[in-house]
Amino acid sequence: MTFLTTGLGAHIRSASIRGKVRGGENSARSVLFLIALWLCLFVAFGVLLTLIITTLIDGSSRLDSRLVTEYPASAPERAGLRPAILGSIWVIGVTAVMTIPLGVAAAVHLEEFADRKKWFNRAIELNVQNLAAVPSIVYGLLALGFLALLGVQNKNIVIGGALALGLLVLPVIIISTREALRAVPLEIRQGSLALGATPLQTVWRQTLPASVPGIATGAILGLSRALGEAAPLLVLGALVFVSFDPNGLLSGYTTMPIQIFNWTSRPQAEFHELASAGSILLLLILLAMNGLAIFIRNRYQQRW
Amino acid sequence: MSTLTPVGGPALMPGRPAVSLRSTRPRHCETLVRLLLRLAAILTIIITVGILIALLVPSIEFFRTVPIFDFLFGDRWAPRFADASFGVLPLITATAWTSGIALLVAIPLGLGAAVFLSEYAKPGLRKVLKPVLEILAGIPTVVFGLFALQFVQATVFREWFELDTGAFSVLAAGLVMGVMIVPTIASISEDAMSAVPLSMRQGSAALGANRMQTTVRVVFPAALSGIIAAIVLGVSRAVGETMIVAIAAGGQARIVTGPLEQGQTMTGFIANAALGDSRVGSLEYDTLFAVGLLLFLVTLLFNFISIRFVRRFREIY
Repeated sequence: MTFLTTGLGAHIRSASIRGKVRGGENSARSVLFLIALWLCLFVAFGVLLTLIITTLIDGSSRLDSRLVTEYPASAPERAGLRPAILGSIWVIGVTAVMTIPLGVAAAVHLEEFADRKKWFNRAIELNVQNLAAVPSIVYGLLALGFLALLGVQNKNIVIGGALALGLLVLPVIIISTREALRAVPLEIRQGSLALGATPLQTVWRQTLPASVPGIATGAILGLSRALGEAAPLLVLGALVFVSFDPNGLLSGYTTMPIQIFNWTSRPQAEFHELASAGSILLLLILLAMNGLAIFIRNRYQQRW
Repeated sequence: MSTLTPVGGPALMPGRPAVSLRSTRPRHCETLVRLLLRLAAILTIIITVGILIALLVPSIEFFRTVPIFDFLFGDRWAPRFADASFGVLPLITATAWTSGIALLVAIPLGLGAAVFLSEYAKPGLRKVLKPVLEILAGIPTVVFGLFALQFVQATVFREWFELDTGAFSVLAAGLVMGVMIVPTIASISEDAMSAVPLSMRQGSAALGANRMQTTVRVVFPAALSGIIAAIVLGVSRAVGETMIVAIAAGGQARIVTGPLEQGQTMTGFIANAALGDSRVGSLEYDTLFAVGLLLFLVTLLFNFISIRFVRRFREIY
């Protein structure tokens, strides 16, 4: 019964009786097929590698302390990302504060309390799945329309950017929180209820604490997506010359991807180097966030 | 909880239970919190309605000036010119070119990677390969755009191959966008293939099929609905992707007839037009939303098709 315990990958090799039944595992077509599969992976990873290497080569000359300490300038050798980094921190921070509680609350309702037989709850589920796949630039248009409705003249404010990115991240957080809640076995809830806890106490003291690693992983991945996103902020007019540190919800801002886009669209090669250097910094931050998410998932997630 | 004390209650009084399992006093706090949770869930519906209203209201204004027929079937897009023309076909052809090229890259690569991960890779190798795919999925699109513009277009196409092309091309944008979509297609179709029960593979192997035959003739058809869902979602992402095309595909809206031409996609137009600070209520401002509405409706259609197919494979296995 070995093939029941091995993974999906190795099942057929162990199931075939080598030497007697030759299914043609080494026939030309089989080997070609496997080579084609390897090729697919190699091409995908090869492009990833090429992207990282070319960006590193282009940007290495400007990967220095000026990149993080200087303000944007018309002279490329004096330009830096300082306000963009601070702007990214502000916008992502506000996004996290707004979205994580809302997303977790919606997920708790859908997973723990909603009656799935009712059409309305099923509509919400379908809707969340669709929202997760709406193009990011549409969220920018939504935020733009909303700010116009409120009569806001200057749309390039931290809270506006956080609104657009929050809308973008919300479905991601709802979906990952639901998956985390679903992984908690029913027996934990039943045990809690049997001891006299109310449904809400059960959620607050048992289900939610048990799913914190999953929620944290999903939230970090969602926020890292928002950190790299430029399109909705572009619509909100974030592509401006910012030579000051953002200092509040109504402050003007620019973010790292926006500043990189700005440098990319200039004709001078020096600005392209600067854009590559900024890309490396952004990739490093995102890699750190993804690493943290994977670490939390592997280290803290309970196996029931 | 004193009502729960008579243990033998129901047995003594057959017909109706003496013990009420409902709580005796109303818990207002509990009701309030549950209401708040429900409101958070309803918010997602409000967002969708908000998107529709935000897009529809300026679009209706727009279609008062520009007849909807001229918008959908006109072949000249020049919203900022003196003799403005609002035919959206140039934007649609550019979107079709970039998305089509992207899918030509992403479908074989994504499915190949998914088949390898699901059917061939040993658990150890999977543990290494999947996070690498996740890293590919996490790269910001601005960085992909820079790569398409500087390396693929400028270095590979113009310097190495000396192709007859300008600073931008839909081919460079499409190729890089294809690589960007690979993780989307790979992860969903791998889920679908992994969901195919082991017994089907064992049955196929017992009949003498080798691994390739099992994969192509048993696992692939069984997972087909999931694979279609993955591809359709890939289409939706390609159509909605903004930064790569805004950087590498070019900024002139003309009907695209070849892969080495430049072209402005629907998303590229919205991104570019938003740069020129257009006044709320002006025709230029409304144009943004009309194109946005078209984009939203197209992706909505693809998303729903995709969700439908995903549900089907979830229901079967």
